[in-house]
Amino acid sequence: MRSERRSRLYRWDLKWSPYAFVAPFFVFFLAFGLFPLLYTGWASLHQVELTAPNDMEWIGLRNFSRLMEDEFFWNALRNTVTIGVLSTVPQLLIALGIAHLLNYKLRGSMFFRVAILTPYATSVAAATLVFVMLFGRDIGMINWALGQVGVGPVDWENGEWTSQLAVSTIVVWRWTGYNALIYLAAMQAIPNDLYESAALDGATRWQQFVHVTVPSLRPTILFTVVVSTIGATQLFGEPLLFNRGAGATGGANHQFQTLGLYLYEQGWVNLHLGRASAIAWAMFLILLLIGAVNWLVGRRLRKSS
Amino acid sequence: MRTSVFTRGTTAPPPRRTFRKAVVVAAVAALGAGLLAGCAEDSGDASGSSSSGGNGKGKTTITVGVFGAFGLKEAGLYDEYMKLHPEINIEQTSIERNENYYPQLLTHLASGSGLADIQAVEVNNIAEIAQTQSSKLMDLGKTSGVKKENFLEWKWSQGTDKSGKTVALGTDIGPQGICYRKDLFEKAGLPTDREEVGALWAGDWQKFLAAGEKYKAKAPKGTAFVDSAAGLMNAVQGGSAERFYDKDGKVIYKTNPAVKDAWDVAAKAADLGLTAKLQQFQPSWDQAIVNGTFATLSCPPWMVGYIKDKGAEKTEGKWDVAAAPKSSNWGGSFLTVPEAGKNKEEAAKLVAWLTAPEQQATFFAKRGSFPSSQAAFSLPEVADAKDPYINDAPIGKIFSDAAKNIPVTIVGPKDLVIAQNLADVGMLQVDQKGVSSEDGWNAAVKAIDNALEK
Repeated sequence: MRSERRSRLYRWDLKWSPYAFVAPFFVFFLAFGLFPLLYTGWASLHQVELTAPNDMEWIGLRNFSRLMEDEFFWNALRNTVTIGVLSTVPQLLIALGIAHLLNYKLRGSMFFRVAILTPYATSVAAATLVFVMLFGRDIGMINWALGQVGVGPVDWENGEWTSQLAVSTIVVWRWTGYNALIYLAAMQAIPNDLYESAALDGATRWQQFVHVTVPSLRPTILFTVVVSTIGATQLFGEPLLFNRGAGATGGANHQFQTLGLYLYEQGWVNLHLGRASAIAWAMFLILLLIGAVNWLVGRRLRKSS
Repeated sequence: MRTSVFTRGTTAPPPRRTFRKAVVVAAVAALGAGLLAGCAEDSGDASGSSSSGGNGKGKTTITVGVFGAFGLKEAGLYDEYMKLHPEINIEQTSIERNENYYPQLLTHLASGSGLADIQAVEVNNIAEIAQTQSSKLMDLGKTSGVKKENFLEWKWSQGTDKSGKTVALGTDIGPQGICYRKDLFEKAGLPTDREEVGALWAGDWQKFLAAGEKYKAKAPKGTAFVDSAAGLMNAVQGGSAERFYDKDGKVIYKTNPAVKDAWDVAAKAADLGLTAKLQQFQPSWDQAIVNGTFATLSCPPWMVGYIKDKGAEKTEGKWDVAAAPKSSNWGGSFLTVPEAGKNKEEAAKLVAWLTAPEQQATFFAKRGSFPSSQAAFSLPEVADAKDPYINDAPIGKIFSDAAKNIPVTIVGPKDLVIAQNLADVGMLQVDQKGVSSEDGWNAAVKAIDNALEK
């Protein structure tokens, strides 16, 4: 009798303990992930101000419909896309190159691997502050260097392309090493026989890279593309701090105001929580769309290979 | 794979396993308790905290929430109060920038938790606080020791809601002078004596521009007359009674001639090439203060402190301050006591003390934050104050004179947003991107329209 009860206990243990162990994550996810997501959705259907957050007035989809003709929203979306492309593409290409170099037998390879990851470990605020100085108009180091080769001072912050390039540079600097390490890990999982047989067939190093390394990395590349795209869509800290004096406008002409920054401006500067929530949900939907496209592309790639 | 860990040893559980399980359970429990305790600590802190000083002496702890280097603590006023009242302990929390501090204050007021016993409010937010949050704040006008006649009339009325409840008491104000670089003025052939410099442009901002043109004609290489067009615009704006709102609370900045006038003065300065094309409070602006690449700057008393902080020894004795063309105000703060606080009676007493004339005079003497209490103007700490850093300029007299002539400014709930977009979108485009005055104005109006729409 007693042993029967014990064995029943063990069965329960078997069955339910794993759930108990994963529960903390899901409890926190419910509290800090799902609930805010749903509540933001609810708030986006109301006119609600931060001065009285409990005082909500139902206005249906008006917050969304006016995003359609909100030129600041479209400007922010455009900026997010261009900064996203300007930062993600070079970032992943450079990361691939660096990973390839680190994959050789190098003296002190551990040192290089750690060094490459240090930008990732610095805080956005510190990094951005340094870059603001570098890109300074009057006494910035980059303009000084350009001046040495006779190129006139560039007003980095005020130009549309120059400011976006500068913000992208910060992103590239911070995230390249992280992606490089992911690529490196994947590269080391590629069986050496593939390279040996390629070498026997007379493939050069470059051909090996293009025909062996890159195809084997395909799932990893897809993963980094997805992660960096999500990161680029949510880009916030770098453009915010790039113009510390002026809050969340993203420059005099809103030339580097991203969606994240516009959301922040509406919610925490203009205090319109309803409108900010609508932007947040628009961003979420855009991410879902990007996710779906990625999934389709991924499926295509798997089929073709 | 998931079950493999658990299937091991199920047939005959050895004692080791029970032990291990106990350890795991204990660890999970400890972790969970830790997390919960973390939360509890937060919410305990949030609900006003602080009934006992924690060290078991039965002290009452009053918490003060401020933004930036507010200065009350640095001026030694908390220490003095604690000495006078041994049963009181004062703790301050500060958030660096008001634009982060203010939204947080609003959310805390809405939820009635997370508030300090005393919360500071900046002048650009005071109308919104007085209009929308007054039910959540104590009526400080009724606190014993608070005398309305001590305060400048306009400062008192800014902290009072429509029903006459005074929810905020003024700490400091920002009467403006013009800080100028003596060395640069001399090289450019302008007078350097502060009386003569003040006379150069007394009464008219157009004369200020004229002085700028004279400066530009003989300007030392690589320097400009004024730091930024937007800063100049703010200085001119701060001198009019009606700014962005009329007395009925209607937004009138688009048609208000005073706002347009300030815009035109600043746009003209940019057009004439008198500005250094900088943006205030950016690192490049800080560097320019140190390197002396502009000759004038609109200067409330706290700006003198800012120059000291940035310039240190490098600019000591180089700056001086003269009267501005017209009296105007820039900045200043208030203290409020939320109803949700636990020690609100004690907190109100502290606010009354901190904003009394004597303490405001100390605040000025130690930190250069100019009193909003007119009763303090005649106290020797203020009236006779000179600042050795800026050539012994009689800052007490200069700023008191300016303060007396500041008109009763009508403030509105969205002052900050309007001012920011006029400066950081509109005028910045004119100044830094060379956009025409009209296009810059339209860009600012478009951004403000968007910002004001709920």
